[in-house]
Amino acid sequence: MDAIKFVNKELSKKNEHPNFRPGDNVVVSYKIVEGSKERIQAYRGDVIQVKGTGETKTFTVRKMSNGVGVERVFPLSSPNIVKIEVLKHGKVRRARLYYLRGLVGKKARIKEKTRVGFKK
Amino acid sequence: MNGLIGKKIGMTSIFEEDGRNIACTVIEMGPCVVTQVKTQESDNYDAIQLGFVDAKEKNTSRAMQGHFKKAKTTPKRKVVEFRDFDIVEKSVGEEIKVDEVFEEGDIINAIGTSKGKGFQGVVKRHGFGGVNDATHGQHNRQRAPGSIGAASYPAKVFKGMRMAGRDGGTRVKIQNLEVMKIFPEQNLILVKGAVPGHKGAYVILEK
Repeated sequence: MDAIKFVNKELSKKNEHPNFRPGDNVVVSYKIVEGSKERIQAYRGDVIQVKGTGETKTFTVRKMSNGVGVERVFPLSSPNIVKIEVLKHGKVRRARLYYLRGLVGKKARIKEKTRVGFKK
Repeated sequence: MNGLIGKKIGMTSIFEEDGRNIACTVIEMGPCVVTQVKTQESDNYDAIQLGFVDAKEKNTSRAMQGHFKKAKTTPKRKVVEFRDFDIVEKSVGEEIKVDEVFEEGDIINAIGTSKGKGFQGVVKRHGFGGVNDATHGQHNRQRAPGSIGAASYPAKVFKGMRMAGRDGGTRVKIQNLEVMKIFPEQNLILVKGAVPGHKGAYVILEK
């Protein structure tokens, strides 16, 4: 395992992102390449899960788009993620918010956490 | 074939410049010790024999102990012969490191013992389709092999008929993997894609 940690450390691009948890409302600025053109797309939604460790860590962001639920998985260490902005910290009781998939409208909201204490 | 013996560490993924995420296997390659050099004069063919990972003397047979003593090295667990090894000139007892044999961007083959799957049915073992219908008179047959031959002629099941049985745990060669990265000081090599075997298994890379 140490060898894998070493490899990850050597090859990671060291992009600094703020800490966030499942339930947080975030904006992910993602670089999109269309042919020869590059543009940055902002994707805003709630983080419903954070999965994996090290270089293979991913997080899933869910949002409602025109009444349709859209989920997108981002690799945390992807060089295409330009910026992650945390807008709200959510008050949730579990690590995987899959229950949101079955809810619509007001019920699918996440309460905002007023006092936020991060260890790191 | 030039090659080396290594140990599979595990898998991870790396990002390319254009943002593509590539799954890689991390392998600890060597350093391997030359335990024997075979030449046209001595054995009628050219080959080099490499040893990898120290073994305890009590677990090594007397015959092998003598063999390693002749090569002036400690006993080794894994000994593999590579025919027509021509990248580096080495004599008996010398070490070969990763960066002497492989370069980044090389296309290589990986040989290992695949993970044992136990007694498996025909769908997993041979990729049969099974019976696709759950209805239309089918019962208990979704992963069944189907017919295994005709009846009174030939009145037997042909040899080699693919059936259920032990799966995995055999020598497997995966061809045309790319070397993504080499760390010579740590004796580590990153290979694109998956390599047969469990973590800690011996892997032979050849090019």
